[in-house]
Amino acid sequence: MQLTVNGTNHDVDVEDDMPLLWVLRDELGITGVKYGCGVAQCGACTVHINGEAVKSCQISAADVESPITTIEGLGNPDALHSVQEAWIEHQVAQCGYCQSGQIMAAAAFLAQTPNPTDADIDDAMSSNLCRCGTYPRIRAAVKSAAAKMERA
Amino acid sequence: MSKIGKIARRTFLIGSAAIVGGVAFGYYAYKKPVANPLLKGLAEGETALTAYVKIDADGITLITPRADSGQGAYSVQAIMIAEELDVELDQIKVDPGVPSRAYYNTALAQEAAPFPSTNDSFTANSMRGVMDAMMKFLGMDITGGSTTVPDGFTKLRVAGAVARETLKAAAAQKTGVALTDLRTSKGAVILPDGTSLPYTELAAIAGTLDPVDEVQLRDPSTWRLMGKATQRFDIVSKSTGTQDYGIDFTLDGMVHATVRTNPRRGGAMQKFDASDAKAMRGVSQVFEISTGVAVIADNTWRAIQAANSIEIEWDAAPYPAEMDAHWQTLSDSFVADRVDSTMKDEGDVQAALEAGDVIAAEYRAPYLAHAPLEPLSATVLVQDNRADVWTGTQIPSFLRGNVADITGLDKDDVHIHMLMMGGSFGHRLEARVVQEAAEIAVKMEGTPVKLTYSREEDMTHNDTRQIAMARGRGTVKNGQVESFDLGIAMPSVIASQMGRQGLSVPGPDTQIVAGAWEQPMRIPNYRVTGYRAPELAPISSWRSVGASSNGFFHDVFLDELIQAAGADPMAERLRLCWHDPSRKVLEKVADMSNWGAPLAPNQGRGVAFCMSFGVPTAEVVEVTATEDGIRLDNVWVAADVGTVVDPVNFENMVQGGVVWGLGHAILSEITYSDGMVEQDNYDSFEAMRMYQVPNIEVAGLENADQVRGMGEPMVPPAAAALSNAIFAATGQRIREMPMNKFIDFV
Repeated sequence: MQLTVNGTNHDVDVEDDMPLLWVLRDELGITGVKYGCGVAQCGACTVHINGEAVKSCQISAADVESPITTIEGLGNPDALHSVQEAWIEHQVAQCGYCQSGQIMAAAAFLAQTPNPTDADIDDAMSSNLCRCGTYPRIRAAVKSAAAKMERA
Repeated sequence: MSKIGKIARRTFLIGSAAIVGGVAFGYYAYKKPVANPLLKGLAEGETALTAYVKIDADGITLITPRADSGQGAYSVQAIMIAEELDVELDQIKVDPGVPSRAYYNTALAQEAAPFPSTNDSFTANSMRGVMDAMMKFLGMDITGGSTTVPDGFTKLRVAGAVARETLKAAAAQKTGVALTDLRTSKGAVILPDGTSLPYTELAAIAGTLDPVDEVQLRDPSTWRLMGKATQRFDIVSKSTGTQDYGIDFTLDGMVHATVRTNPRRGGAMQKFDASDAKAMRGVSQVFEISTGVAVIADNTWRAIQAANSIEIEWDAAPYPAEMDAHWQTLSDSFVADRVDSTMKDEGDVQAALEAGDVIAAEYRAPYLAHAPLEPLSATVLVQDNRADVWTGTQIPSFLRGNVADITGLDKDDVHIHMLMMGGSFGHRLEARVVQEAAEIAVKMEGTPVKLTYSREEDMTHNDTRQIAMARGRGTVKNGQVESFDLGIAMPSVIASQMGRQGLSVPGPDTQIVAGAWEQPMRIPNYRVTGYRAPELAPISSWRSVGASSNGFFHDVFLDELIQAAGADPMAERLRLCWHDPSRKVLEKVADMSNWGAPLAPNQGRGVAFCMSFGVPTAEVVEVTATEDGIRLDNVWVAADVGTVVDPVNFENMVQGGVVWGLGHAILSEITYSDGMVEQDNYDSFEAMRMYQVPNIEVAGLENADQVRGMGEPMVPPAAAALSNAIFAATGQRIREMPMNKFIDFV
């Protein structure tokens, strides 16, 4: 099957039911996408498919027809996305394992909701778990990112 | 200003050694005769040499031996070295180094001594010294007990200062300029004419010199980095998906493994049928290991799918199959022959209870999983008479011994490579995943094997937080707390945890009463008794260990007595508290929360205090009882760690500790049925999510003499402050966690 990830086309030969998460991590070596639960509870595996935030443990690679963006494709240390800039300014991460997914969820959310209320943010971000409890900083970083994206 | 002088060489052993093209400071040479008598027990022939500062033509590397599970340990250790070394944080690399006895953790042993951290008496300090010697003897290169900063606070700064002064001596030798005319800045020695000699160019000469003995640690008022906002080393990588964790590690030719082990922990495997698994795509081998079955495949998912298809018959667990029996075991443990310690016994508790109307209450705290978001993994390669292990761990030195035992190799031929951890909270104080990976790697000699647990395997085989029960009896008199008698029953965490390493720890387990017995309160009749319950399911150190349950028990019972006395919860705690830094954290949260200001009838404020790991911590929680349940509005926290080394990280960790304490108190428990853990993923073992998180305001005070760590002490008061706030808002007293079994939350 064919997958387009971060603008690059890949030919992969896997079972029809292999979740996208594992194709990205183990077949393509794209490890910014994290395995946390495998059952759509933690959001560490969140990627964008056609701009929508999707938990990549819940969709089989065979069912993906649109281009995929992972955290590596959202921005990089030399060319940060506004959400990543905000995450760095607020020093959100502790262990950081959930943060790829948090950032991908926040980026998709802000693209659709440029001026979110606090309640909007809580709603949108509540499907992503952070065991370290960085939530107060995530909340602040989402607000900063919203302001940055509005200015941009 | 502390003058370290020759102490640097004797106590801190900051030697130096020439390395290729440079110098390494902090070399710890076991074979050299040393003045420190505590070192006599070290093994002959130990040749490991380790360093804190390594400089060669490629640059400056700081060795940060305490492991980073997300608490910012690498950054805070580097800050302490760099402060004295005079380097900027963007001029250095950090490296966790290799496991070695040179990195023994002094502070952790001190915490184990049976004296409250407020006790500075000669006996207490000398006992702490004995524990230090034991720890050194055992070579416990451990990260834990919130000890990274206290352990490194002096020795890492001394390492930086010795390196700086020796580099200055090298510059003096090279240029002929008098030492007193040299200064250092930004990784270079500066000559009087302004010429800058980079450390990297002086390193080779420095390697030929004896390290400078006489160093002075700088006065805090001159600090450039410590106490200032700095950027963590890993913040960019962790915001861009470029940070590699243990689970991301790969090697050429590596295969993926997973395991299925007995869900009835500690029971044997009767038989298994892997015929389906063996036929599945990508699966190369299925074989028995000592704890169950291992599957080898070419992809993690394929390994997990195959493992799940194996039919296995398991034997029973050695502990009771159902929870009722676990609780009954604790309930039956409040008897004289189960007394483990009575370290607090003041006044005449018995007489006071007989003289007054006794207020009695019973409290419970459940088993809890650590459940860091990164499932456990380890990569092991056994080849050419050596074993290499790549994993995220808090116990590298133990792992060396464990892998040596499994592979039959000498300990010196086992190499542990420390990788970044996606959380731990105590989970990675255990060795099982590495032991299993080593066992698999022995059978696959020459092939690197990465063992990854599925979330379900990880969560159902967690060595959990202890289950615990407490019974309080007390009296009040004239509007004041008159007597306080608390008994706490739990199995010994330390016995369970150390038992898995084949070690037994003599004497009482201070964790059974930690967070309760050492509270700096002066109650006329005051007793805390620890009861050691028989071993039940496997338990381990879970963020704040004994205090995670006992801080809740002690402070909620105190709140009940204060309410019964009709006193103000804040004023009565302040009246009872004799320890000045502790009073100040209470006064601080009173101020921050505007304690005493009127609230709506459906709102409530609760305060709790707990001294744990030597850190006095006070928290106020404010809740509203809404139609949809209790809503958490605000939390104010004040804690005194002596010196806040990294203020940004301090705030982040304190907020995280509060979320950890509140989230588990409301939502979480691990239960056993038919001998098996009933919660296997985050849908059944729930955690706090964004919509439940209150505003959390943090104050770090610096009145205490001793420098302490803040990873754990924020946890114990959180649940108590919440219970006290709910009582204030609703009149309902919650004495058991998780609280959502008794009241709804928004």
